[in-house]
Amino acid sequence: MATPNKETLLDWYHQMVLIRRFEERCAELYQQGLIGGFLHLYIGQEATGVGAIAALKEHDHVITAYRDHGIALARGLDPKRVMAEMLGKVDGVSGGKGGSMHLADRERRFWGGYGIVGGHLPLAAGIALASKYEDRGEVVLCLMGDGATNIGYFHESLNLSAVWELPVVWLIENNQYGMGTSVARASGVTELVKKARAYGDNGRGMKEGPRIDGMNVLEVYEQVSEAVEYARKHGPILVESLTYRLQGHSMGDPERYRTKEEVEQYVASGPIGRFRAYLIEKYKNIEPKLDEIDARALEEVDEAVEFAKNSPDPTFEDLVRHVYVD
Amino acid sequence: MADRPITIREALSAALREEMQRDERVFIMGEEVGVWGGTYAVTRGFLDEFGEKRVRDTPIAEMVIAGAAVGAAMAGLRPVAEIMTINFAFLALDAIVNHAAKVRYMFNGQFTVPLVIRTTTGGGKQLGATHSHAPEVIFAHFPGLYVAVPGTAYDAKGMLKASIRDDNPVLFVEHSTMLQRRSPVPDDPDFLLPIGKSDVKRRGDDVTIVTFGKGLEWSTAAAETLAQDGIEAEIIDLRWLRPLDLEPVFESFKKTNRCVVVEESLPMFNVGAEVAARLQDELFDYMDAPVKRVAAMDVPLPYAAEIERMALPSPEKIVKAVKEVVGG
Ligand SMILES: Cc1ncc(C[n+]2csc(CCOP(=O)(O)OP(=O)(O)O)c2C)c(N)n1
Ligand SMILES: [Mg+2]
Repeated sequence: MATPNKETLLDWYHQMVLIRRFEERCAELYQQGLIGGFLHLYIGQEATGVGAIAALKEHDHVITAYRDHGIALARGLDPKRVMAEMLGKVDGVSGGKGGSMHLADRERRFWGGYGIVGGHLPLAAGIALASKYEDRGEVVLCLMGDGATNIGYFHESLNLSAVWELPVVWLIENNQYGMGTSVARASGVTELVKKARAYGDNGRGMKEGPRIDGMNVLEVYEQVSEAVEYARKHGPILVESLTYRLQGHSMGDPERYRTKEEVEQYVASGPIGRFRAYLIEKYKNIEPKLDEIDARALEEVDEAVEFAKNSPDPTFEDLVRHVYVD
Repeated sequence: MADRPITIREALSAALREEMQRDERVFIMGEEVGVWGGTYAVTRGFLDEFGEKRVRDTPIAEMVIAGAAVGAAMAGLRPVAEIMTINFAFLALDAIVNHAAKVRYMFNGQFTVPLVIRTTTGGGKQLGATHSHAPEVIFAHFPGLYVAVPGTAYDAKGMLKASIRDDNPVLFVEHSTMLQRRSPVPDDPDFLLPIGKSDVKRRGDDVTIVTFGKGLEWSTAAAETLAQDGIEAEIIDLRWLRPLDLEPVFESFKKTNRCVVVEESLPMFNVGAEVAARLQDELFDYMDAPVKRVAAMDVPLPYAAEIERMALPSPEKIVKAVKEVVGG
């Protein structure tokens, strides 16, 4: 793991701010009726996505659930094309056929966001199997929500990865709720990383990784980097990132399951504010630079929206294409 | 090379072995495929021949067998995953329907899923309601997936090899009571049958019988009985439920003007319903009688032999249905 230099830290800061601005704009576009379907925002979880993806090499793989915009942007997908997907346009990363929940970019080894809770976990195992089968030394980072750890796919996929010693980092983004159900109301064990114990013992099978502060991008980066190298050498590892989603589960969530005070508390300790404060303390006179990044992120989002609005709608040909390989 | 009579089991084995020898990326995964040699002995000897890397025993975990096979296929391998019987494929329905069949489309063609899921189907072995399904038609409902339903050793080999070489996901459904059926099969390692082509298995001018899988056997027996009464049935074996090739059915129907559809599926929403709808749509003017369907009865399959037999199609039921449509 390389110690991140100033340039890298500023890049992370940029990514986190870009995600935040992007998501805020998505919410507006949703209200205006320009984005349809379900929309799950990543606001509050930026440090986890950015730190974890920074821990990967270019040849490694990423796969996640439907809360995927932040992951896509952190993996370097063009915000213009991600926004075009939100608006259901042909220039969208999935040609307007996937929508907000189903972003992917094969070139960047981002295997997609998946709308079925847990449905991508076995895919992650399979992608890791391909890497191992062909001795490619590539690791799969599979992100999932806390809620996904209660679904059958979780058990079957983690167990198989243990038995076959697959190079997967299973990363739980514990944002404390699956829709309106808190972890304690949904899971027999609330320290979710302990679930690793069911799939490994004495250095064999699944490794129980750390429970990390998912609001601290540096910590996420350091811990996930270690996990990635562990997975590359030895096999699967489960990591839990403690985070919080500052918005509703999806648009229009009345949020009856939590209090305003609880949310406020996390707003105060949000990942971007914390990282900004860290940078200001670490580097003299960095503030103008940070302000510049803030402004740039906003411009990029403006450009993305402009691009997306100008992109054509998919046609009948698009409707019937790609059902099969011709 | 000369054709040799071999069983469906041997045909499947040969197809798998040849394709694994040909392409290093082809591998097998599933419950009891390795040490045990395959629940239906199709992969017997494979572990010794190909090793643990390519013949992979899995836990009893259908969701991840199907799902991991999808992921491995997306990432460049060519898995042949085995679901022990189609009854257990219900547990893998999400991975098959939502992922195998959809990831290509949903991500705008970025991913390819060169996957074969092999499984066995069918009742008639007194296994009771949970273990006697023949629900392959359910899987044929979904665009993005192919569904193969071979009824002879010749077809089994050529279709399986073609499925493994194709870049689309295929659910390959073998009938568990037909594995010992024998027919001549080419030894040629490049013997392939086209995907989505049905086949005329018997020529006749009086009635068109459309069928697949086990139905082929029942229909063939029925046709022999009918021939004694001077009724010549033309039997069309669909071989694939998706892509569904009805051209030979239409051709035949223009000549016979009568059709009976025979299948082990349950009677509602089945292949017969599809064929009847398509015939009235395309060839209404050629219809001399309503299309008849012979399917399983609308009950879960029971254990007791006599009533289980009663619930399934049979040559007698087919003969009766044919006589109704030919008006004799
Ligand atoms: C199999 C399945 N069941 C139910 C749903 C509906 N659903 C969508 S998101 C969600 C909550 C998932 O929570 P979690 O895994 O914690 O992810 P988060 O939304 O918090 O990121 C549910 C129940 C679904 N998409 N898939
Ligand atoms: Mg959650």
